[in-house]
Amino acid sequence: MASDYLPLLILILLAAGFGVIAIGLPTLLGPRERNNQKLEPYESGIIPFSDARRRFPVKYYLVAMLFLIFDIEVIFLYPWAAVLRDLRLFALVAMIPFFIVLVVGFLYEWKKGALDWD
Amino acid sequence: MVETSYYLVLAAIIFTVGATGVLLRRNALIIFMCIEMMLNSVNLTLIALARQWGNLEGQIFVFMIMAVAAAEVAVGLAILIANVRHRQSINIDEINLLKW
Amino acid sequence: MDTALLFDNAVVLLPELVLAVGVMVLMMVDIGRRGQNGSQLLAGLSVAILLLGIGASVMIWGRAPVEYLDGAISDGFALSVRLVILIAGVLGVLLSRNWFPAIERQGGAFYSLHLLAVIGMMLMGTATNLIVLFIALEIFSLALYILSGFYRENARSIEAAMKYFLLGAFASTFFVYGCALLYGAGGSSKFTQIHETLATGGGNPSLVLPGIALLLVGFGFKVSLVPFHMWTPDVYQGAPTPVTAFMSVGTKAAAFAGFFRLMMTALPSFHDQWAMPLAILAVLTMTVGNLTALRQSSVKRMLAYSGIAHAGNILIALVAGTAAASSAAAFYLFAYAFMNIGAFTVTIALERQYGNENDVEQSRLAGAAERFPVLAAAMAIFMLSLSGIPPLAGFFGKFLVFKAAVEAGWAWLVVIGVLNSAVSAYYYLRIVVAMYFQQPEQAGDEKEQPFVPASRSSVFVVVVSVLAVVVIGLQPGLWADLLRGLGQ
Repeated sequence: MASDYLPLLILILLAAGFGVIAIGLPTLLGPRERNNQKLEPYESGIIPFSDARRRFPVKYYLVAMLFLIFDIEVIFLYPWAAVLRDLRLFALVAMIPFFIVLVVGFLYEWKKGALDWD
Repeated sequence: MVETSYYLVLAAIIFTVGATGVLLRRNALIIFMCIEMMLNSVNLTLIALARQWGNLEGQIFVFMIMAVAAAEVAVGLAILIANVRHRQSINIDEINLLKW
Repeated sequence: MDTALLFDNAVVLLPELVLAVGVMVLMMVDIGRRGQNGSQLLAGLSVAILLLGIGASVMIWGRAPVEYLDGAISDGFALSVRLVILIAGVLGVLLSRNWFPAIERQGGAFYSLHLLAVIGMMLMGTATNLIVLFIALEIFSLALYILSGFYRENARSIEAAMKYFLLGAFASTFFVYGCALLYGAGGSSKFTQIHETLATGGGNPSLVLPGIALLLVGFGFKVSLVPFHMWTPDVYQGAPTPVTAFMSVGTKAAAFAGFFRLMMTALPSFHDQWAMPLAILAVLTMTVGNLTALRQSSVKRMLAYSGIAHAGNILIALVAGTAAASSAAAFYLFAYAFMNIGAFTVTIALERQYGNENDVEQSRLAGAAERFPVLAAAMAIFMLSLSGIPPLAGFFGKFLVFKAAVEAGWAWLVVIGVLNSAVSAYYYLRIVVAMYFQQPEQAGDEKEQPFVPASRSSVFVVVVSVLAVVVIGLQPGLWADLLRGLGQ
């Protein structure tokens, strides 16, 4: 029983070891230089301009809602893709109406301007 | 192998916690979350029962519930935003135009 | 797997398929139209699609029932319920046509959702599988949440949508939990399979009763049984009146159809256990509905409580649980569709007269017969039919349901039902009395308002409803033969 978990233990050790090496080696070997640019959250990225916890436009909700709907359809595609090889034409034909409905919905939101930011 | 009844009891507890939340909380967004929690406890029930029966119907049902839950959230958020535009609040105690 | 499996017996779902394709066409037409024009075209298209759906139902009428992929069946009961829902859908679209300020701009969305709600309701009547039943319930519920909030300029409409959504989603979780437990009890999501497993002593019978209890909450909410009825008056009053008219009939027909089929094909062997709780719910629903309707001042709220009471009457048929009772329920719903939508249509016409946007107070009906003789006469017919006075359609609906219940040995329940009908006559007739025998309080003030002619489509709906209520009442046997119950 306990030996079943041995691979898991090895994996944990390997992962922890990789982390130690990846953080430890640069700390030991790398040159050290502290200046303002180095201390920013995103070095050479976009400069943060305000607190993260602020009110943001309600338009994000719209995008989130639209994303959610289309994103969740993927859960039907994964099992479908997994058995496509076995079911062959059956699965392909069964998926056509599903896709037509999705595409019609997508066209509708696109043409109705739900994806326009302004 | 863990017995099915353990899963069922756990799911029932989660469902009850969610239902209590719906009844006690006053923030509409948190009520949404509680409803999602109740749906997920149903998912757990279905998965446990599907394993017990050894057939796939319960798992298919779970997929359908997930898709429906997403659609429900989208509709709910839209209604919530429309409501906020009218009264600048998501506290359900202030939804009081219609009574008796 | 054989691809032909997908198409065998697909004719079962022909009306649903017609409507589904129709919705997609409607959406494409909507994005194709320029600017503000064409909302009348969309309304016409929706009516045409619904009529095609009726045509498709008639086409498969009377065939031997077949099942599609273990999920949907085309028996007489499913077709009867479909007919009721499609008729309610057509009348609902006709009423909405000129009602909204926003319908010019958002007609495409409105009619698409309307048709989607019809599809979901029809599926509910055909479903023979817990998964299909749940999806059908959610399709029409989600569409109705949005429709009841469609009058966005009106804070009450949005509030109605919010309440309906929060409580509806809450009730749906109970419903789906019940489905999950039934699946656990019978090891299958198919109704007949659940019945077979449990009847032969297999499965987990201990999960059945909790499952039924949870399903009861879900269904009770949808058909607004007491004590799950609190949302009904609020939503009916706040929602746009055409939507209220459609959903009061459609939701009841759909949810009762699903309820009947589930209880009578999956759980007939547990009839002894579920009949008594349902009988108690029926008594509560009729009594509370009727007594609360007595003290309403808004016509829409009064009709909402009357709808609750009618749900109690139909529940009596389910308590009886026989094939005759289910066909009586189909007849009841058929009659209810016309008289209830008719009553709401007159309400819409009166709303226009009194300049009030989304409701009519009963006190304003005083003396209405003098000013609007035709509307008042139609309203009187609908009220008499709703209260069950012979020889109108409503009477025969009640009569058939009560008869089936007595035959099944539920005489005491029928006695309570008849007593309740007597109570209900009071508030229905009060409207008739107000319209015909009372004088308006400020006569001069009322006269100054100009007469606003009702839209042509609502006149059409009133005429159709009056004719239907009278014809069904005069020839009940014809329709009772046409509308079938489960297993007939």
